[in-house]
Amino acid sequence: MVSHSLIVSAPMAPLAGALAAGLLGARLGRAFAHWCAILSVGWAFVASVLIAREVVGEGVVFNFDWYVWARAGGVSLSAGFLVDNLTAMMMLVVTFVSLMVHIYTVGYMAEDPGYCRFFSYIALFTFAMLMLVMANNFLQLFFGWEAVGLVSYLLIGFWFKKASATYANLKAFLVNRVGDLGFLLGVGLVLAAFGSLDYAEVFAAAPGVGALASLPAGWDAATVICLLLFVGAMGKSAQFPLHVWLPDSMEGPTPISALIHAATMVTAGIFMVARMSPLFELSETALSVVLMVGALTAFFMGLLGLVQNDIKRVVAYSTLSQLGYMTAALGASAYSAAIFHLFTHAFFKALLFLAAGSVIIAMHHEQNMAKMGGLRKKMPVTYWTALAGSLALAGLPPFAGFYSKDVIIEAVGASLAPGANVAYWALTAGAFVTALYTTRLLMLAFHGEGRMDDHTREHIKESPLTVTVPLVLLAIPSVLIGAVTVAPMLAGGFFDGAIVVGEGRDTVAMALEKMGGASWSGMAAHAIYSPVFYLALAGVAAGVWLYSGYPLRTEMFARGPIYRALLAKYGFDDFNDWFFAGGARRLAAVLWRRVDAAVIDNFFVNGAARLVAMSSRAARKVQTGAIYHYAFSMLCAVALVLAWRLWLR
Amino acid sequence: MTRGAGYNRGFAGDGLVDSLLSWLIWLPVAGGAGVLALGARGVCPYRLKALAGGVALAAFLLSLPLFFRFDGAAVGMQFVEDAPWIDRFGIRYALGADGFSVLMILLNTFTTLLVVAACWEVIQTRVAGYLAAFLIMSGLTNGVFAATDAVLFYVFWEATLIPLFIVIGVWGGERRVYAAVKFFLYTLTGSLLMLVALLYLYREAGSFSLAAFYDLPLTMGAQTAVFFAFLAAFAVKVPMTPVHTWLPDAHVEAPTGGSIVLAAVMLKLGAYGLLRLSLPIAPDASVEYAWLMIALSLVAIIYIGFVALAQEDIKKLIAYSSVAHMGFVTLGFFLFEPWGIVGGAFQMLSHGFVSGALFFCVGVVYDRMHTRKISDYGGVANTMPKYAALFMLFAMANAGLPGTSGFVGEAMVIFAAANVNIWLALAAATTLITGAAYTLYMYKRVMFGEAASDAVRGLKDINRRELAIMLAFAALVLFAGLWPLPFTDIMQPAAENLLAHVEKGKL
Repeated sequence: MVSHSLIVSAPMAPLAGALAAGLLGARLGRAFAHWCAILSVGWAFVASVLIAREVVGEGVVFNFDWYVWARAGGVSLSAGFLVDNLTAMMMLVVTFVSLMVHIYTVGYMAEDPGYCRFFSYIALFTFAMLMLVMANNFLQLFFGWEAVGLVSYLLIGFWFKKASATYANLKAFLVNRVGDLGFLLGVGLVLAAFGSLDYAEVFAAAPGVGALASLPAGWDAATVICLLLFVGAMGKSAQFPLHVWLPDSMEGPTPISALIHAATMVTAGIFMVARMSPLFELSETALSVVLMVGALTAFFMGLLGLVQNDIKRVVAYSTLSQLGYMTAALGASAYSAAIFHLFTHAFFKALLFLAAGSVIIAMHHEQNMAKMGGLRKKMPVTYWTALAGSLALAGLPPFAGFYSKDVIIEAVGASLAPGANVAYWALTAGAFVTALYTTRLLMLAFHGEGRMDDHTREHIKESPLTVTVPLVLLAIPSVLIGAVTVAPMLAGGFFDGAIVVGEGRDTVAMALEKMGGASWSGMAAHAIYSPVFYLALAGVAAGVWLYSGYPLRTEMFARGPIYRALLAKYGFDDFNDWFFAGGARRLAAVLWRRVDAAVIDNFFVNGAARLVAMSSRAARKVQTGAIYHYAFSMLCAVALVLAWRLWLR
Repeated sequence: MTRGAGYNRGFAGDGLVDSLLSWLIWLPVAGGAGVLALGARGVCPYRLKALAGGVALAAFLLSLPLFFRFDGAAVGMQFVEDAPWIDRFGIRYALGADGFSVLMILLNTFTTLLVVAACWEVIQTRVAGYLAAFLIMSGLTNGVFAATDAVLFYVFWEATLIPLFIVIGVWGGERRVYAAVKFFLYTLTGSLLMLVALLYLYREAGSFSLAAFYDLPLTMGAQTAVFFAFLAAFAVKVPMTPVHTWLPDAHVEAPTGGSIVLAAVMLKLGAYGLLRLSLPIAPDASVEYAWLMIALSLVAIIYIGFVALAQEDIKKLIAYSSVAHMGFVTLGFFLFEPWGIVGGAFQMLSHGFVSGALFFCVGVVYDRMHTRKISDYGGVANTMPKYAALFMLFAMANAGLPGTSGFVGEAMVIFAAANVNIWLALAAATTLITGAAYTLYMYKRVMFGEAASDAVRGLKDINRRELAIMLAFAALVLFAGLWPLPFTDIMQPAAENLLAHVEKGKL
């Protein structure tokens, strides 16, 4: 029997671990810090398993308020927890990947002076992420939302001496704040429309929401609310055009790239929209926007992965692209497919990042793939696990990514939402791109001749057990989890009650029907009738051909305009730096010097003071100090008064 | 229990706490006088500091019963005291506290305690005068928050100027005289118009009791005149744009303690005046000119947000950020929504914690480096890790991160705005970006990177006294952020009462 205190303990244990590691780590040592963090997150994982057993196994839904946060005007805002199947699954993913990353960190960060601080941060992250996924109301959701953003900021800037790291973390925070602005406004409108921020109350009242007095006439409240909430998701889940922070976030240590910027935090936006499905289903406009943004992100960000040479950035762009797939699924009302892809992606993308980290350690912190090559022989565990992750990412059957991605593409194909056509083709073409950049990474890093200097070459060796064990533990689900869970998660009514899909919009069911049911073998067999499968194969083949042998066969493109546009990341970073960052600073300088200092303060305020000084200088001239001046003026005055009294009366 | 049916009529407390408010006013004042007297006799500075610390602690402890013995269910003034003062004009020594006052008095006594602790090693010249100024200021400020008689209010209001004027003018930086005079003249000029309005109200009501002013029917014309006369005093003090430019100068030149008190407490006097006088005495004019107040508040939030981004002096940056954050207070009040009033009042409290803490943070490095220029710093986190961690917490609170007190007031006001007009809410919510931008950009330039100079490399991390002060601020910032309920509940009846009174109007 799961008690409420067990549920509360799941997020609180990592919080306690984070505080202990952060406050006492410096005094009690590194082992103390990592044990605090690992045990507390381990507890969160165990608690999640216990909770999931009851929630998933017996169909219990926990929904309770913990304490009242504030109240006014007859409305109470509370902190509280909701654990249904959707949350239980997220808790398992978060705590499992987090635990793997904690163990991996013991090896990866072994020589870093900020060891204790790092463990404190990642345990804190687990707390924040659990608060986010376990919230039963919008306010706590926002708390977790911003708290994971804070930890992300702290971890991107973990090596705060590096200028690039502190540039990246400020950028990440501010870009996310743009999203959060939308999110907070959305939450404000939810409160205005429903008089409550509790999920259950809001969702129950959602179908009846009409116009809202605070909106311009004719605006549909549901559409505005959903679009604003989605702006938040675009920030957190790095959707075009708020995607710019995620590649730069690779400045952080690799374990957090795996945990935060691939497996969990960046999927918060996906989770949020799925959680809000009762609202999104009310607005076709909003869904259509979600669909288009997701599809564009999936295709165009995938292309950027083709030209990057930094191994982590390749994986980062692939994350952007995969998040685009999930977002597109949300827009097609295929929420469960989006969550399913989130689920499988968490394993294989965390794996790929950790494998990249393993390579980076072996290469003495060299991340440029142009200087790698031939690592396959020297790092067999890393290679084979990376291969498993890559096949899953490329979506080849029967690896995990195949099931989730194919369902998404088919579901978008079945969707009748405006724009679904374009989205379908973008996602289908994306399958080729995905396979191509994945193969490119494998070919450049692990195959061919080694291109590193001799010193590095001699020291390349397989990483220690703390690194390889998590790799293997993540490789297993990367291979199997899709085949094992596709039937129960997509066809078994797993998300009933948590996710609402409007009538005639159950695109997941339509997709599964087209793919011959939700059996793992049936779907794998059906793949040979699908263009997606051949595109993926073509991507792999093209990758092997293009990137075997140095100099590369792609050199012929290197001067072309397309290549340069991709290398410039379509110019977004330059534009943002010039227009937003630079423009804001220029405007600020003008407002301060020209308006605040010159006009308001100098002209009006000190001007008034100067005016007084000037008039008193003038008045002072009268006070000469000479008695005969005063006597003369008295005489004049007496004469004037007399004259007035005598003649004018 | 309530005496009379009007708005905010008081009722008497029970025997034990009958004179609590008087104690809170006169104990610090007497303590300040005592410190001065002993200082004149040449008592050693550390004993003076100990005495001042004792007085501040006693005042803080005395203010706790205000909170814990406050009857949350009752409407109107509590801890009421009433005695004749100048009978001929019907002026009375009348005190009372509602939820707003209680929170402000607590904020004041708490801040005073920390300010006395903050000067421990830093102030070495004219110690007695410095300590006395803060103690006396603290008592007088409590008087403003507790007065329910207009003349008493006005006397306390003006009297608080003098100690701060002296603090800036004597212990301030290079341009201290300019800043002190500017501060004094600017705020005094505004206040004189308030005096005129109070005299007019006395003529109409036949008494200086605020309760009588609340019940006094006034035409729209009279209300408008009174409203703007009050506004002249309060807008300068808050400060609202465009009458804010005295604040950066005053902050930059003030010693650390002066800055803390100025930001944490003195600015609240203006906002408190709006709550205590403007809204209930001129409710219809307040509603009529709400558009102006809202517009000025949004200008403060957006325009000042940009101006803060351009600052090259840490203290000036935080001063401008204060103006932007106080914009949420005035915005919240003039939306006439429950979450707006509560959120605005909560923002007063939170701004007290956060800006006080930030000015203390600046003081910590200023004491070591003797510069406030951002470009003289860089990489401080390398040598001062504990300081960096706590400073980060306050920076995040300033940027309005949920879980800190900085989020609560802003979010509540934004929620209230979303209930009124989405564009208002959007304009207010831009603080999410600008607030984070100017705060974290400053933090980055001061704290991150390689140690910028030998001076930075030689910095020592905070000592225990500094740590204790920062932890005290941190505890409140987190507590009020994670569980604002005790604070919002205590002002809830006052807020509802005020809204109902404004809604009813006087016409």
